[in-house]
Amino acid sequence: MTTGVKDDRDVRSVVQAAVTRHGATQEALIPVMAEVNQALGYLPAQALEEIGKSLRLPSSHLVSVASFYRMFSTQPRGRHVIQFCESAPCHVMGGRELLRALEGELGLVPGATSADGRWTLLTASCLGVCGVGPVVIVDGDIYGAVTPERVPEILARYP
Amino acid sequence: MKPVRSMVLVSSDPESIQKGAQEVFQRLQQEVQAFGLEEEIAAAMVGDVGRHDAIPLLIVYPEAVIYGPVKPDDVRFLVEEHLLKGRIAAGLQAPARELSGRIAWLSARKGTLPAEQRIVLERAGLIDPEDIEDYIAHNGYEAVGRALSEMTPAEVIEEITRSGLRGRGGAGFPTGTKWRFVAKTQSDTKYIICNADESEPGTFKDRLILEGDPHSIIEAMTLAGYAVGAHEGYIYVRGEYGLAQERLGKAIQQARQMGFLGEDIFGSGFAFDIHIHSGAGAYICGEETALIESIEGKRGEPRSRPPFPTTYGLWGKPTVVNNVETLANVPPIIRNGAAWYRRFGTSSSPGTKVYTVLGSVNVTGLIEVPMGITLREVIAIYGKGMKRGTSFKLAQTGGSSGSIIPASLQDTPMDFDSFARAGVSLGSGALLICNDDTCVVDLATVLLNFFRGESCGKCTPCRIGTERTHQILTNLSEGIGKLSDLDDLLVLADGLNQLSNCGLGQTAAAPIRDILKHFRAEVEAHVRLKVCPTGVCSMSGRQAKAA
Repeated sequence: MTTGVKDDRDVRSVVQAAVTRHGATQEALIPVMAEVNQALGYLPAQALEEIGKSLRLPSSHLVSVASFYRMFSTQPRGRHVIQFCESAPCHVMGGRELLRALEGELGLVPGATSADGRWTLLTASCLGVCGVGPVVIVDGDIYGAVTPERVPEILARYP
Repeated sequence: MKPVRSMVLVSSDPESIQKGAQEVFQRLQQEVQAFGLEEEIAAAMVGDVGRHDAIPLLIVYPEAVIYGPVKPDDVRFLVEEHLLKGRIAAGLQAPARELSGRIAWLSARKGTLPAEQRIVLERAGLIDPEDIEDYIAHNGYEAVGRALSEMTPAEVIEEITRSGLRGRGGAGFPTGTKWRFVAKTQSDTKYIICNADESEPGTFKDRLILEGDPHSIIEAMTLAGYAVGAHEGYIYVRGEYGLAQERLGKAIQQARQMGFLGEDIFGSGFAFDIHIHSGAGAYICGEETALIESIEGKRGEPRSRPPFPTTYGLWGKPTVVNNVETLANVPPIIRNGAAWYRRFGTSSSPGTKVYTVLGSVNVTGLIEVPMGITLREVIAIYGKGMKRGTSFKLAQTGGSSGSIIPASLQDTPMDFDSFARAGVSLGSGALLICNDDTCVVDLATVLLNFFRGESCGKCTPCRIGTERTHQILTNLSEGIGKLSDLDDLLVLADGLNQLSNCGLGQTAAAPIRDILKHFRAEVEAHVRLKVCPTGVCSMSGRQAKAA
């Protein structure tokens, strides 16, 4: 995960690589966006513009799609993204206490990025790992059956 | 597949990987070689085996001994003791209490649990999902071979229709009927879509099928394509399911190489191929028309229906959309016949159902049981009873779009029709078992928060209705609700149900109606007494007022 405004050339080459892999059709839009979002950490305005040019789609369409899916972001995120699952199976296993611990430890509310650019805290409707609630995903790493006590130790793994 | 003495499986669901399954597997391969056992021992990473308490797990067949949690440094000892000397390395076994209702070892101990029956999960956890030959050795691609050489497309549809198979995505629509609609629609192009956007909270059965037995879905989609005259299929996989996507990708490659996908399958002249499309995080894309919009590269907003996808689907062409679990039933039906399939389940809902059992039971996990089993049986037999002597208060079925089932309905057979008669829904197959510490207002608030976030916003009743009901429920849980709020909730619930464009909005209010029907006194206590009987709700507004 990286932050900050991207060099235009970087953005263009990332978009080109994605378009080459998935094709320049409307059907390829979501796979292309996913790859660009993964490479750059988010979808900067330049990236949307480049994708629009390659796929011959209006920017209104690009913004509407980019804002619809949870896995895409049009804003830069912190170096580490924490996703907290707020679904019912995690909730009944102690999710509420866990979210409080996360908020307290990070000093962040859901949706916010820390001032030093280290953390972004997000809530998710369901992360699909319901057997081991409550669940937190940091970057790609899944942590199941997380107790509030484990929070500092987990966060310390991500400098 | 060459015969081996032992098969060693390592769990490789995302959490196992996180806990070092990859390292365990590498060490396993090294040690097997070091002891010169590579001719006798086969090893594979098998995805999610349905239990998470002691992962990563290492399972040795045919003995079905389960070790876990296994650390890389344990592997040498395990290989030497168990695989070389043939002794169980007792200190490293997974806790015995947990050994029930789990998928990996169940086939090995078939019959020890009452009513256990595997059709869908027959191979998951037992074969190497990355090896097509292992699948073939377990009757794989036999159904498609038989269909293409001995059956007409109409006969395939007839067999599925007679089996009584109904969609496992939640609605229970007869699969054979859906296929017949598409088959009889004239079009040069048709599509088969596998809906693997499993996003109902608490449901991860499809992930286990995709991770553990990806070829079964390829085979089923090919059968569907043959039956309706489609030559192209899409698997729309939830974006979070990375391992499932990887396994499916490999499986499709292997199937193409072996000629099970591509031109002229089995020399029949029939052509079929499959693409994978990854979701990007939107619950609504599990709704079939939203899913189609998403494949087309748009926002996942449901279309108005009719026309239904069976006549106007992907790119405007007739399209079959089937859930993963539904499809997984297809090859066994073609292989064994409709009459065989009807032996399981109830007469109106034949076959089995896969459930994820979660919450306050002693054993959580995945089970496949015949349709018609009761909640009481599930809790007692597979869940091994309620945790720590608490008592059963309610179950929430089918993720968020299911129903809240009170204890009074725990003897209702769980099949589509019996549940519909009781006014509840089977949903997608999650059973969140809640004990008497659960507050129904709190639970409904969490459920409506989910819909509030996942409503696509296209139609007003859903966009506003989910927001308003969530706000009212939040007020109740903070002790600032009024009695008239309960009437408002019912009005909003009716509006959501009758006016929403798609299933999300139509079912969003089910929890509200359920709690007001079955737990009205408890809800009213939040208003009349300003007390949460279970002590879960904060009632913070009331305290603020008093202060």
